Amino acid sequence: MTTTPLLEAREVTKRFGAVEALRGASFQIFPGEVVALMGDNGAGKSTLIKTICGVNSPDGGEVRFEGRSIAGWHPKAVQALGIETVYQDLALAPDLDTPANLFLGRERLKPGILGALGVLAKKSMRAEASQVLKDLSVKIKDETAPISNLSGGQQQSVAVARAVSWADKLVIMDEPTAALGVPQTQAVLALIDRVRDSGRSVVLISHSLPDVMQVADRIEVLRLGRRVAQLVTRETNEEQIVGAMTGAWTQEVAA
Amino acid sequence: MSTGTVTPTTDEQSLEAENLRSRRGFRMPRLLGSATDITLILILIVVVFAVLDFQSFFTVQNFTQILINAALLLVMAVGATFVLITGGVDLSVGSVLVFSGVIAGKVMELFGSAGWGASLAGIAAALVAGTAWGIVNGLVITKLHVPPLIATLGSYGAAQGLAQIITNGNDLKNVPIELVDSIGFGRVFGIPILVIIALVVAAIGGLVLWATRYGRRTYAVGSNAEAARRAGINVDRHLLKVYAFAGMLAGLAGILSFAKFGTTTLAGHATDNLNVIAAVVIGGTSLFGGVGTMIGTVVGTLIPATLANGLVIVGLNSFWRDFAVGVVLVAAVYLDQLRRRSRSPR
Repeated sequence: MTTTPLLEAREVTKRFGAVEALRGASFQIFPGEVVALMGDNGAGKSTLIKTICGVNSPDGGEVRFEGRSIAGWHPKAVQALGIETVYQDLALAPDLDTPANLFLGRERLKPGILGALGVLAKKSMRAEASQVLKDLSVKIKDETAPISNLSGGQQQSVAVARAVSWADKLVIMDEPTAALGVPQTQAVLALIDRVRDSGRSVVLISHSLPDVMQVADRIEVLRLGRRVAQLVTRETNEEQIVGAMTGAWTQEVAA
Repeated sequence: MSTGTVTPTTDEQSLEAENLRSRRGFRMPRLLGSATDITLILILIVVVFAVLDFQSFFTVQNFTQILINAALLLVMAVGATFVLITGGVDLSVGSVLVFSGVIAGKVMELFGSAGWGASLAGIAAALVAGTAWGIVNGLVITKLHVPPLIATLGSYGAAQGLAQIITNGNDLKNVPIELVDSIGFGRVFGIPILVIIALVVAAIGGLVLWATRYGRRTYAVGSNAEAARRAGINVDRHLLKVYAFAGMLAGLAGILSFAKFGTTTLAGHATDNLNVIAAVVIGGTSLFGGVGTMIGTVVGTLIPATLANGLVIVGLNSFWRDFAVGVVLVAAVYLDQLRRRSRSPR
């Protein structure tokens, strides 16, 4: 490879009591890349992601972001590096409107004395929310309606848009299309393409082979807490990926 | 890849589905939001009483009287609006009102129960006592993870009990005359100070809820606490502030009540908590959190007060008020359910 990885996990181990969730798992993603992280249930995908975003701290091994070790950092500190995660269960506030959800926890205040009193800069947030959605080609029928009035696909688009608008460098998506219909899934995949076009990287955790084949540049496969394959999407096929996930085919013993 | 062609079609399809859904579902005019129906009901009630007995009911004096009667509940309902929007509940308000009045009375006794010094000390003592109970509620809910219903039911009993222990069950009746003349019965430009205080509290509460980050986060916490937490909001600290604020307003109601009635009314507030919750819920605030407006709460407080007043004026027993409020309450929650059902399933 020519550049240093944007994010690299090397030989990460993590135990929960008697369960060895990660047994020397490795992972790599380069700038501007969409990498699918695949594996059967219990392969350690979610544990690895949580270890990267600081929810878990690893027992052993290394996590490096732009060459800097970030293992065991607080989630907020990891976020401050420009890494955002889209969770499977959306993590939106259903009663709030789209701009409020995009700025949830990062509300912008008015300048001056009103701001000191905690008054929100609603207009400026609304304008920026519209811009963000426009940039990502996300069409929301009514941005001032509670998010619960939107379809599942639009809600997911808002969740992704929020992550994308705060992540300067890396968006991690945990099964973003798991609960979506076909057209909504296509909209989210198109969104992932646009994130890559903007120069940022995406880690896509997914069980859906068609989604992965369509959108990922590379595929990394975990099995039993360890990486077993690094594949380039163009040079592989579904059979090989399934083989790697089930253990029928192994590319590497350890990275 | 053909993103350019794929996206617009899918979005247009889902937009079309959205339009269909909202046309079939519930649509509220924007101005009053979820308080629209209930405002219409209040207007209807006023019209009915005005038709039945215009000369007694439809007067400035009578409307002022309705506002005076609603003022104490309104002050507590402002705090309860915040609490209910977080998805919680505060059953302790009436007891905290009594407790704060008792503490204020005791503190004022130290100052001889006369003069502005004693009055101001009493006001401060009531606010501190109320806030303290609010903080206790908040800590029990966030640190001990006791559900709000039980935590505040506990302080409902505890605050009432302590108030009676302190007074030995006898109402305190020494209120500085300055307090009675100002807060109790004073008027500015013909408007009772009690009403002005209640409306100012409601206005400030409404502005905080609608315009500030604190208000926004109150909705967020009630709408999806886990999402708020993941977005970096300190949910426990926010809840603590909300219950402390509700407690402080119950304390304020305590000194207002003391000044208005000239006694700590130990036995007079056992059902305040339910009246407050009824008013807030009638006003469109959802018991499930995340939804509510202060305008709705003002209207929801005025409906029981107007019913009580109007029913007596038209010669019906005021017991009908309880019956009518019960019906309106159930209707309000039913409307809330309809609204929730009109949401998309995901």
